[in-house]
Amino acid sequence: MCCIERERIFSANISELENIHNFVFSELDGLSNKRILHVELAMEEIIVNICSYAYEVPPGEITIKIIDCDESVSLEFIDAGVPFDPFALDDPDVAKPLLDRDQGGLGILLVRRVMDEVHYSRKDNMNRLRVVIRKSS
Amino acid sequence: MVSVSGRMDTLTAPEFEKAGTEWISEGCNDIVLDLADLEYISSAGLRSILAVAKRLLPTGGSFILCGMTGVVEEVFSISGFDSFLPVYATREEALSEK
Repeated sequence: MCCIERERIFSANISELENIHNFVFSELDGLSNKRILHVELAMEEIIVNICSYAYEVPPGEITIKIIDCDESVSLEFIDAGVPFDPFALDDPDVAKPLLDRDQGGLGILLVRRVMDEVHYSRKDNMNRLRVVIRKSS
Repeated sequence: MVSVSGRMDTLTAPEFEKAGTEWISEGCNDIVLDLADLEYISSAGLRSILAVAKRLLPTGGSFILCGMTGVVEEVFSISGFDSFLPVYATREEALSEK
């Protein structure tokens, strides 16, 4: 299996979304239009979460790593913020009526559903979120 | 009848919320939102729609969505937003149901 890895460090600031977007999509290849939108969605939700919550004194840094393999693409989001596993939380109740809705957790629910795999690990005092997109799906 | 196009994301959703608040304060309480030309929506976009829908409630007005396709439709379905807001396939159907 042949994989190409690229990574770059950005400031963990929402104003960097466009630069991160350009970096990722200049490297990605072989995804359908629908899957590209899925990647955009997962990226936005994860990056906004990190920029909003990871650092007690923002902005910190966020490392974006792209691992492009024959069958799949993985994106890794690495930050040195407070330990937090967003995938350990329960999904929000999406059957609630309008008035009872506060929208906590919706972004992460979307990430879970549109990506083929999601992973979290804490290593060397860093949060590592990895999402996987299979190219065939 | 309002048409939104392009992207409703972290950067653009606040504009929609602001515009929606203005329509309501001007007395436009029956809103049909045509999403046919919307390509992308994130949870920030959903939150702005929720905020406008909640402001409409005490006015007794209505908020109807139509025309959603592709990933936009998928996001509405995953989030359950299509269960508490009326959704129609086309603008014509939405207007005839009002």
